[in-house]
Amino acid sequence: MNMLQTMAGALYDEMHADGDRGVRAHYRAFQSWLESQSADAIAAKRAEADLIFHRVGITFAVYGDDQGTERLIPFDIIPRIIPAAEWKRLEAGLRQRVKALNRFIHDIYHGQSIVRAGVIPPEQIFCNAQYRPEMQGVDVAGDIYAHVAGIDVVRADDGELYVLEDNLRVPSGVSYMLENRKMMMRLFPELFARNKVAPVAHYPDLLLEDLRSVAPSGIREPTVAVLTPGMYNAAYFEHAFLAQQMGVELVEGKDLFVDDEQVFMRTTQGPRRVDVIYRRIDDDFLDPLAFRPDSNLGVPGLLSVYRAGRVTLANAIGSGVADDKSVYPYVPEMIKFYLDEKPLLKNVPTWQCRKKEHLAHVLARLHELVVKETHGAGGYGMLIGPAATKAEIEAFRARLSARPENYIAQPTLALSACPTFVESGIAPRHIDLRPFVLSGKNVTIVPGGLTRVALRQGSLVVNSSQGGGTKDTWVLE
Amino acid sequence: MLSQTADHLFWMARYTERAENTARMLDVNLQTSLLPQSEASAELLWHGILGICELQPQYDARFPALAPRDVLEFMASDPSNPSSIHSCLNAARENARAVRGTLTTEVWETINSTWLELKTRLHGVKTNPSQFFEWVKYRSHLSRGVMIGTMLRDEALYFSRLGTFLERADNTARILDVRYHALADQGAPDTGAEGEDAAGRSIDFYHWAAVLRSVSAFEVYRKVYSNVITPARVAELLILREDMPRSLANCVNEAVTNLASIRNDLSRETERRAGMLQADLHYGRIDAILQQGLHAWLVNFLQRVNDLGDRISRDFLVPLATA
Repeated sequence: MNMLQTMAGALYDEMHADGDRGVRAHYRAFQSWLESQSADAIAAKRAEADLIFHRVGITFAVYGDDQGTERLIPFDIIPRIIPAAEWKRLEAGLRQRVKALNRFIHDIYHGQSIVRAGVIPPEQIFCNAQYRPEMQGVDVAGDIYAHVAGIDVVRADDGELYVLEDNLRVPSGVSYMLENRKMMMRLFPELFARNKVAPVAHYPDLLLEDLRSVAPSGIREPTVAVLTPGMYNAAYFEHAFLAQQMGVELVEGKDLFVDDEQVFMRTTQGPRRVDVIYRRIDDDFLDPLAFRPDSNLGVPGLLSVYRAGRVTLANAIGSGVADDKSVYPYVPEMIKFYLDEKPLLKNVPTWQCRKKEHLAHVLARLHELVVKETHGAGGYGMLIGPAATKAEIEAFRARLSARPENYIAQPTLALSACPTFVESGIAPRHIDLRPFVLSGKNVTIVPGGLTRVALRQGSLVVNSSQGGGTKDTWVLE
Repeated sequence: MLSQTADHLFWMARYTERAENTARMLDVNLQTSLLPQSEASAELLWHGILGICELQPQYDARFPALAPRDVLEFMASDPSNPSSIHSCLNAARENARAVRGTLTTEVWETINSTWLELKTRLHGVKTNPSQFFEWVKYRSHLSRGVMIGTMLRDEALYFSRLGTFLERADNTARILDVRYHALADQGAPDTGAEGEDAAGRSIDFYHWAAVLRSVSAFEVYRKVYSNVITPARVAELLILREDMPRSLANCVNEAVTNLASIRNDLSRETERRAGMLQADLHYGRIDAILQQGLHAWLVNFLQRVNDLGDRISRDFLVPLATA
């Protein structure tokens, strides 16, 4: 028996309180429904879900496969359910956190008061690859930088919710939140009659409103476009989906050009001005004249138009300075500093390996910690101590000792688990939650988010690129 | 609408139409090859298919000899042949996928399902080819119907329709050209005169009936002419009859209408040329065309359709940056 399985005995189960002794109140209606379903009926519904996802084309391309194979992200029909009161607390915490993060990014690119006050050491900001000197002193519409934030939240074995990561660059997954709900309502309409589930389908509407509200000043009827790297990007479905749902153009870099300090798209009726770009391309690829010169995904000259305030990019260039793992430990401080409030959501305790005494502690306990690269994402480049072999730990130790400033470490959280259909029936699997926070004139959050589930037994990695699945997320009203 | 988007829609429709027409051609060849005939004339049929699609060299590079089975596979299920039904349906689906946000959900799901289902049906090319071709035709009908039934009357639809009719004009002209040629080579009458040689006519009947069937026009012919089948009338029906949905005249009429709906500052000359072609068909007479020589006339027609396609690309689909 390995470490993680041992831990699985003590973990927090979203559905069952204290092992199998009882079903939590907010799961009772669902549980009684589930018990009334025959195995055959459930199997048929699960097969139907697969078929529909294939037909709708909610798939992602598998790279390096010229057969054009497309995989589904596995969908589990047991929802993750959040009671109303808990959601209310979580929502308030998310609102507070994203507000502070936006204030922080604005501060960094203007007066840097938080650095001068000694709350964050300057090298943490200015030596950070995500800091964009090009943005220094640039005013963006409404002082909003992270228009769309995906905040990853997990529940640990103590039952508390922790923020694991703030995603402020191009967070994805919202289309799965919407499609999963659509699928559940299609497969099991009777469930929605029994449970009062807060709707999420208006998200594209809120997003459009949000994007329109941050148009460059003086534009009454802004033209919004979604900028995608193209159809071979893993998240292409989502880009196309959001553009369609908002009724705006889906563009690639080659569809746009800069002329006379403005951004235009090439249309069949000649050039048309674009005012707000919801971009799903990283900073580095946005403008070959300013960032990576080898990028053919971007638009030459875009940065200069942006700096002149004649186009809005969402999210803003340079937002990544606030979601870096090396800045993450300071978010609670930011909340106090900018809002003068007590943080409502907890951070996971984090050791910053750049600090000598932290590094020593981490090196001594590698086998029980999770160590992450400060710039890493997608579950790559991390060490999960309890799951690693001796050789892996030693290899990682060498890398960590060579560049300690590139790493942070956290305790291995026993992520809460939710019952999930697996080959052998229903078994608990670890989950996380990514709610999507929209910031424009107002801050809005649709109730819920994307629940990701680690389908392999004991696995703590929920990323879809690493074999994770998804669930519908219900916030009960 | 984005030029890039229009381009994808145009080609999505063209490839869907091409898959259907290829299925039609193969199916009718299959039927015709069952008629009692010399081996040489049967072979001619399959040569004809490769000739229509200008694929003889590619075929020869892959297969040692002309065999109906191989031609069928090459034209239906071979992914290395860019004109095979397999490749066309894939290209239609990839183009649709690139602009799925512009399509209605139903259109996208129809085209995507066609592609997904194709994989489970390809074996039918060997076991029951006619049923496979029926399926391809049926899916094409469905795609077209869903487009017309669900899409907003805007540029997205007009560009798709333009693609459909340019492709169909091209395909119908090619079917006619090759058939006419093949029959003429066998000494069949191509003057359009009636009642010359009763024996020759009875063999011809089946060949021309097959041509008509390949464009779903057999019953239409009977209804329009209430008369025996003659090559001249078949040519007239497929070229000049504006009420015949797969005729050149109707295809060009539709192209002109859709072109007018998407007009921009660059497209005046393209519209003029399309209009000239429309006038030629509208006021043309079949005896004049046959006198000129049908083959020569069709070659000229194909060039003009090709020219329209190129000009549409230049005017709408890949315009210069600040044009």
